[in-house]
Amino acid sequence: MSALGPHAGFILASYAAVVLVLGGLIAAVLRDHAAQKRALAALEQRGAGRRSDRAAS
Amino acid sequence: MASLIELANPTRFMRLSAVLLPWMLGAMALALAVGFYLAWFVAPADYQQGETIRIMFVHVPAAWLALMFYSMMALSGIGTLVWRHPLADVAQKAAAPIGACFALICLLTGAFWGKPMWGTYWVWDARLTSMLVLLLIYLGIIALWRTLDDPSRAGRAVAILTLIGFVNIPIIKFSVDWWNTLHQPASVFRMGGPTIHPSMLWPLLILALGFTLLGLSLHLIAMRAEIMRRRVRTLTILEAERLDRLAAQGAPA
Repeated sequence: MSALGPHAGFILASYAAVVLVLGGLIAAVLRDHAAQKRALAALEQRGAGRRSDRAAS
Repeated sequence: MASLIELANPTRFMRLSAVLLPWMLGAMALALAVGFYLAWFVAPADYQQGETIRIMFVHVPAAWLALMFYSMMALSGIGTLVWRHPLADVAQKAAAPIGACFALICLLTGAFWGKPMWGTYWVWDARLTSMLVLLLIYLGIIALWRTLDDPSRAGRAVAILTLIGFVNIPIIKFSVDWWNTLHQPASVFRMGGPTIHPSMLWPLLILALGFTLLGLSLHLIAMRAEIMRRRVRTLTILEAERLDRLAAQGAPA
């Protein structure tokens, strides 16, 4: 802390902001990716979008 | 152009991005590790700004990436409006939150750097205000995506808004030359070469590479999620139509 001089609080706050914002972004992107993957797998398991369905419509 | 057209196939994009992502994430981890080591343990304190120069190593890459992602979105906007590239609006939608986060980091770290150096967190000068406007444009674009349900309609509307907002990018870049501002002028990308000492320039460039790889990796993952979201939307509609047909067949005459 003392090695960072009298403005250590501002330096640490900057890096904390980076960790918080990027951490939130990474979590949101990964969560969305996992959710879409789950939803797609569930739909495909139910047989939605089979060619026979589309041909009939 | 030929490779862009080849990538227009979402299935091919999903396959290529799955191969590319581990390499990008590995290179990102290496660049960030080396960059932060050099920035924290090798680069000296600045003779005027002291240890607060450590803020530069995250502030400047965030500013560059906020501009880079918006420029990528403007190119995607042209791809949507001119070539109707099937992945252009997917790329545009996936880039907006990433660019917004880098713009937010730039503003926050700039405020934390400004207070000890300028005596204030914020001043309404040209560079700071135009950067805030960029963040607001990003938020407007994200809001517009959420307002319109149909992805192709939303894509065209957002493309027009993005291209109009692109006028702000040169304003941000040249604001320090066109107006008197508290913000210092460019010290890396300038005529006559960088004015930063190599002991600070190298960590900055390596960290910029690391953050760029992080941003691009997140962009690829977000694009993959968006492609799956559209597939889920199509399959849900098909399934609903199938259930409607079955209900109609089973209903009494």
